[in-house]
Amino acid sequence: MSEYLLLIYGDESEWINPTPELGDKMMKGHAEFGERHGQSIRGGNALQPTSTATTVRESSPGQFVVTDGAFAETKEALAGYYLVEAANLDEALAMAKQIPIFSGGVEVRPIRVFD
Amino acid sequence: MFEVETAVADAHRREWAYVLAATVRVAGDIDLAEECVQDAYARALARWPLDGVPTNTGAWLTTVARRRAVDLRRRSDTFGRLLPLLADGDADQAHVDGVATPLSDDRLRLIFTCCHPALSDEAQIALTLRLVCGLSTHEVSRALLVSESTMAARITRAKKKIAHAHIPYSVPSSDELPERIDAVLTVVHLLFTSGHTAVTGDQLVRRDLVERALDLARMLRVLLPDHRGVAGLLALILLTDSRRETRVDADGQLSLLSDQERSKWDHAEIAEGVALVREALRSRPPERFALMAAIAAVHAEATTWDTTDWTEIVGLYDALIVTWPSPIVALNRAVAIGFARGPRAGLEAIDELAAEPTLASYRYLSSSRGEFLSQLGRDDEATLAFEEALAFCDNAVERSHLIARMTATAKSPP
Repeated sequence: MSEYLLLIYGDESEWINPTPELGDKMMKGHAEFGERHGQSIRGGNALQPTSTATTVRESSPGQFVVTDGAFAETKEALAGYYLVEAANLDEALAMAKQIPIFSGGVEVRPIRVFD
Repeated sequence: MFEVETAVADAHRREWAYVLAATVRVAGDIDLAEECVQDAYARALARWPLDGVPTNTGAWLTTVARRRAVDLRRRSDTFGRLLPLLADGDADQAHVDGVATPLSDDRLRLIFTCCHPALSDEAQIALTLRLVCGLSTHEVSRALLVSESTMAARITRAKKKIAHAHIPYSVPSSDELPERIDAVLTVVHLLFTSGHTAVTGDQLVRRDLVERALDLARMLRVLLPDHRGVAGLLALILLTDSRRETRVDADGQLSLLSDQERSKWDHAEIAEGVALVREALRSRPPERFALMAAIAAVHAEATTWDTTDWTEIVGLYDALIVTWPSPIVALNRAVAIGFARGPRAGLEAIDELAAEPTLASYRYLSSSRGEFLSQLGRDDEATLAFEEALAFCDNAVERSHLIARMTATAKSPP
């Protein structure tokens, strides 16, 4: 078994203030996803919008610059994530396809194991 | 001695995929498996002159390669450095004893791993040539016209992704199978088309690529005998390739379908292809390669250019564009309309596609326009169209043809 991080990306304007119907649909969708894959899910959260993000970069050794905003400014921002366990990439991709999303997509990243 | 070398070379071409696929399961790692299989072929070169060529070369090579893999794994375990195991989709450990007969679908596992959609298209083709066809990195780099160092990096990156993302070494689940087989067929078809008309170079055809594509299609036919798309692709390759002796004339000049000496087409390949088309067309709706093969079959069965059933061909393109709405299919359909209903209709159909971005620099759009314009007596425009096609063409044989057409239309009396 391997672990994968399923990173959910989308246009923030769509998911910050969704219509009540869409918001309900998403909540229900995630509840269903959680029930279906409860055995495999190791963790997961929805994130506050990138306007609340703060980025720390090391400008020179020991010197840090703290800036307002996300690490990468893109139209499609990270909205949330799941950490899941799967036998292989095909299983992880099958799970990714079942995550309810507004628009955008899901990036599937294998968790690196240090031995 | 030569006999042994021939036997080893033959086993390399025929059995490589079988031997490697069976060894990967034991090695649990593609690189290790490749190393063991290469060792097995080297041992065959040393042993077969003494012991004679075994009756079943594939089984001999598999046994040797698997034993070596088991050995190396055991040794690396002793040193406490366990190799990362490939994710085996079936978690089937029954074959890890090193001598069991491999399942016939081990080769399918290898093919599906190489053509996994999580790998880039370029990586899929490179890995297929390297792992399924057994080409060296040098040979793959020459086949795909990139430098050897670029190719080595591409193959290494792809193998790392397979290992780290745990791309499974397995046949996909039945709900994903159609899509995944289609990805495999696309790789083989692309390999064939890059060989059938070489993008660059002095030769019209790259025989090496055509042969590899044909080998792969035949292998898929054995592995997936009931799949209509596989039957269609094999038919398409056979029917298109049947014209190989006639596509260039004695002077090395391009010979178009209308001018080819049809008696010199490979009639055994045509017969095989036509039988496969009939089988492939049984699925409803017909699959894209089956329809493309059916179009090739109409040409193959016409005894002369003038008796070509263009109405039938246009009908097949109408069905194809529904199954596979690609700009290239649209262009071919437009050209067929021109042959069925006259050059004016053909030209109109082509000009409707002028805004299509993927066709903007496609040489066959301009060259087909040139032909229809020339048939309509609009020679100045035809010359310009051929000139435009020439700007997008890098194949020496095609260039020489376009220059000849340009000269002819430029010279013709007003």
